[in-house]
Amino acid sequence: METIVEVQDIHKAFGSLEVLKGASMPFEEGRITAIIGQSGTGKSVLIKTIIGVMDPDRGEVFFRGEEITTAPAERRREIRRNFGYLFQDSALFDSMSVYDNIAFPLVESLGMRDRKKIRAIVEEKLEWIGLPEVGRKMPAELSGGMRKRVGLARTLAARPEVLLFDEPTTGLDPVLAESINDLIVRVNEEFGITCILITHDIQATFRISNAIGFLYEGVIQEHGTPEELSRTSHPILRKFLTNSFADLGVAG
Amino acid sequence: MSDSSDDRPSTHFLLRPAENLGRAIVGTLEELGRFFVFLGRVLRALPRRPLRWKLLAEQMERIGVRSIPIIALSSAAIGAIFSLQITILLGWFQAETMVGAAVGITLARELAPVITTLMLIAKNGSSMTAELGTMRVTEQIDAMETMSVDPVHYLVVPRMVASVLVFPILTGLANVVGVTGAYVIAVEMMGVDPGGFFEQLYWYVNPIDVVSGLIKASVMGFMMSVICSYFGFYSDRGSKGVGESATRAVVTSSVGILIADYVMADLMLKWLY
Repeated sequence: METIVEVQDIHKAFGSLEVLKGASMPFEEGRITAIIGQSGTGKSVLIKTIIGVMDPDRGEVFFRGEEITTAPAERRREIRRNFGYLFQDSALFDSMSVYDNIAFPLVESLGMRDRKKIRAIVEEKLEWIGLPEVGRKMPAELSGGMRKRVGLARTLAARPEVLLFDEPTTGLDPVLAESINDLIVRVNEEFGITCILITHDIQATFRISNAIGFLYEGVIQEHGTPEELSRTSHPILRKFLTNSFADLGVAG
Repeated sequence: MSDSSDDRPSTHFLLRPAENLGRAIVGTLEELGRFFVFLGRVLRALPRRPLRWKLLAEQMERIGVRSIPIIALSSAAIGAIFSLQITILLGWFQAETMVGAAVGITLARELAPVITTLMLIAKNGSSMTAELGTMRVTEQIDAMETMSVDPVHYLVVPRMVASVLVFPILTGLANVVGVTGAYVIAVEMMGVDPGGFFEQLYWYVNPIDVVSGLIKASVMGFMMSVICSYFGFYSDRGSKGVGESATRAVVTSSVGILIADYVMADLMLKWLY
């Protein structure tokens, strides 16, 4: 598998608080890679530096071997069109209907003007997420799980090569969380999209991911396949996994 | 994020005022720097395509059409009050008919643009900040950036252009309604001769008085939209932060506009009238 995205020696501080202290990790094309870690370790900051919502203080981000952070603004915008980002709270535009939300990247990012084509894509995406009837609704009328699905449909509409998920199952009940995890697997399998997710849902992560990175104290301490990580000797990761799987009695 | 103040060495209490002053100066300079960077982004985004006519029309409708009642009401009240006071004053010199000229010049040059702008700051500026601030804290602006859409071009430019175009139109309306309010009080209630009222208005109010007021209104529209968008664009700390940003936007743009009005009035008095 080829590396599609790579972060190298990423540093990011807010005031005197250093959140990332040299995080490095490759992400392979066509796979689901998860970054796990405790709250406040900088997981969100790391994926926001990948997509360019935040600039790192130091370090490099590569997309297909091209360094992004020092690229001119126009080039960065072009590269960013290869990425999609599903925000934790979906970040749907609350003044637009669901239909307009999904059509937004088609019109504004891809520059599509053909209304019939746009309608066909929006309807196809709504069908794909299992919500064909919500096009006219406003985001405020949707449940948390529906908003996540619509957010995913909006992201998929622009046909990204890499999709970043920020805590995709946080705040959802176990059944809805499971359905979102299934959608992530479907996105990866049906469209071949590289998925990078950060999550607290360790059990699901081990089930759906091909690779996992463990972020602790601002650095990716370990990364590898779920099997490799489950055999880790890293004391903090070991403790983290033991606590996460305690309910199932799997690890320890 | 944790507060970094815990890590700082403690300052002797006699030096604390100086430290606080220094921190306030640095904070203000940082804020100013960030504002001018934002202004630069707005000006760079202005000529870029695509032109979003629909968004521009929406903003013009919102800032302009929906503000007509409040502008009409406030300018009628200002015209009426000004007329009431000035008619009494002019009566001491048997010059009541001059009320038309006095009201006309004052409205055209100063009162109409300033009152219009202050009313629009209260009505539209605060909502501009609140709307953009909510979009910021709910990551909608970040979402736009992730889709390679420049949020300044999409959100701020239509608001700015709409304000620059709509403020002078509403100021023109304020002129007409204000003079009407003044007429009703002076002529209908205080017995000033209607012919004299209009004759003095016609002879003393020059087109340049009206045009200068409209130019002022355009500049003020630009200032309001950029300042209020700036505070919304950089809102943080949830709904409380958005509320604080809206307050700061209203105060800053109101004060800024009064200062700008003085500077423009001074320049126009020297070179225009």
